[in-house]
Amino acid sequence: MLNQLVKGTVRNRHPFIFIAPALVILILFSLIPIMIAFVISFTDMDLKGLADWSNISFIGVENYANLLGDTVFHKAVYNTFFYVVIGVPLVIFFSLGIALLLNYGKNLVFTVFRAVYFMPAITNIIAIAVVWGFLYNTEYGLFNYLLSLADVDKIPWLEHPVIAKLSLILLAVWKGIGINMIIFLAALQGIPNSYYEAAKIDGAKRWQILFYITIPLLRYAIFFVTVTTLIGWLQFFEEPFIMTQGGPLDGTVSMALFIYQRGFQFSEFGYAAAGSFVLFIVIIIVTLLQFKLRKADDEI
Amino acid sequence: MASGRSKGNTEKWIATILLIVGGFIVSLPFLWMITSSFKPESEILQMPPTIFAENPTIQNYINLFTNMNFGVYLRNTLIIVLLSFVGLFLNAMAGYGFAKYDFKNKEKVFYLVLATMMIPGQVTMIPVYLLLNEMGLINTMAGIVLPGLAAAFSIFLFRMFMATIPTDLIEAARLDGAGEFYIFFRLIMPISKPIFAVQGILTFIAAWNSFLWPLIIANDESLYTLSVGLSLLKGQYASNFALQMAGAAFMVIPIIIIFSFFQKYIVEGFTTSGLK
Repeated sequence: MLNQLVKGTVRNRHPFIFIAPALVILILFSLIPIMIAFVISFTDMDLKGLADWSNISFIGVENYANLLGDTVFHKAVYNTFFYVVIGVPLVIFFSLGIALLLNYGKNLVFTVFRAVYFMPAITNIIAIAVVWGFLYNTEYGLFNYLLSLADVDKIPWLEHPVIAKLSLILLAVWKGIGINMIIFLAALQGIPNSYYEAAKIDGAKRWQILFYITIPLLRYAIFFVTVTTLIGWLQFFEEPFIMTQGGPLDGTVSMALFIYQRGFQFSEFGYAAAGSFVLFIVIIIVTLLQFKLRKADDEI
Repeated sequence: MASGRSKGNTEKWIATILLIVGGFIVSLPFLWMITSSFKPESEILQMPPTIFAENPTIQNYINLFTNMNFGVYLRNTLIIVLLSFVGLFLNAMAGYGFAKYDFKNKEKVFYLVLATMMIPGQVTMIPVYLLLNEMGLINTMAGIVLPGLAAAFSIFLFRMFMATIPTDLIEAARLDGAGEFYIFFRLIMPISKPIFAVQGILTFIAAWNSFLWPLIIANDESLYTLSVGLSLLKGQYASNFALQMAGAAFMVIPIIIIFSFFQKYIVEGFTTSGLK
């Protein structure tokens, strides 16, 4: 029986040879880690545990209970929702708006500007942080200089907890437009011209065409962009990590940054894993909620 | 009709003007980065700032290689780029396996692959670090590259594309006595050039920009990538903005050049990959 199985596998070995390398890597570095994360989130694993496994002990749900009382974690959750609630609508609004403008023409100007708007999306985040750090500099930055021409006082772009959050959102929106704009543009170009012509014959006005034809037909693209953007922004990490290290006064710490700091700066692996599971569950709930809302929307 | 056309034209002009103004605002950080990178250290902190350098210099770019080890960082980054092309090749193979072979539980295995897309990086970050630590791969190039080699989304796109290749073509090659690997290298890969182009550019950009994993895994400066080196520079030369801008420009400009050559393929790749 086993012999037959082995023989069968050897005869049909080709699909396995093609698939195995990538599959093994995915299992090893994606699927197994999530199980490990789950297990260590119930332990007190730290540097001592890393050196010798006998130092690790199971502590039940203590990590999760501690998270509930951790004021830094509370701030991280609050900040993450602040980023999401302000950032996601802005990204969708600007990427859809720019895609609509770009859809007006096909000549060189439009091709060039499509590339210009896409550029921030492919630019290295560290380079972005370095350049924006200079732009945001209170004394020597370009932004405060331009504002001083209009007699506006110096703005502490990165030194005030709330303003710093908004500054990071501005940067992330700038970076986030590109990829979503391309998705909207692809969807816009997939709308048959006959729809517009029929509407024009019926005497529809510009704004009527936009709100009653274009946007409803973009429903799937808008849904896709909303889901992926939300998931991305819930994991908001690099901007505060590089530009503010979570400061001032933990004013820009996000959940993802909290997890990184606990894990790799304080080496509290168990505690960080528990935090990462909370984030994972939040992402799953938000995503499921959206699918649910979409279903309700479809039934109307 | 004539008035309708002129109205359409006015709208097109308004759209063009809005795009140009918006485009200027969006590219302002890039323009400022480039002009500032040629300013000497004394000029960069001048108020009011000069738009173009009065005494342009390339000293900042030279300092990247003399004061910092940007040569080493560049070499490491290029090694990572090369190795991630191996990953691209593995993804293509897996995509082909899923597209053109039948085996038991194929769809279930494929769903398993897709499921890995939903796991956030923060959850796997710590366990992968612990796993690599057990394997003794911390502070090695293998540890930096290995976890990111396979990507579910890439496998998905390769499968989508290769499924459109007619099976008769493969059968004909088999009848002619071609082996399975010969078919893959000599028949499938040439046909799949467009998807390889898109994936190749995206792989290059991702590898060139890789930051967090090299930062976590590399302890020695000799393994740092350009991104890690640049963040080091930001910390060490916090007030030398001209040097910082030169470092940023050195990272960004190659990507912009490559992108402007291949942007047609990237945009088409998104359009055809079913993201409609």
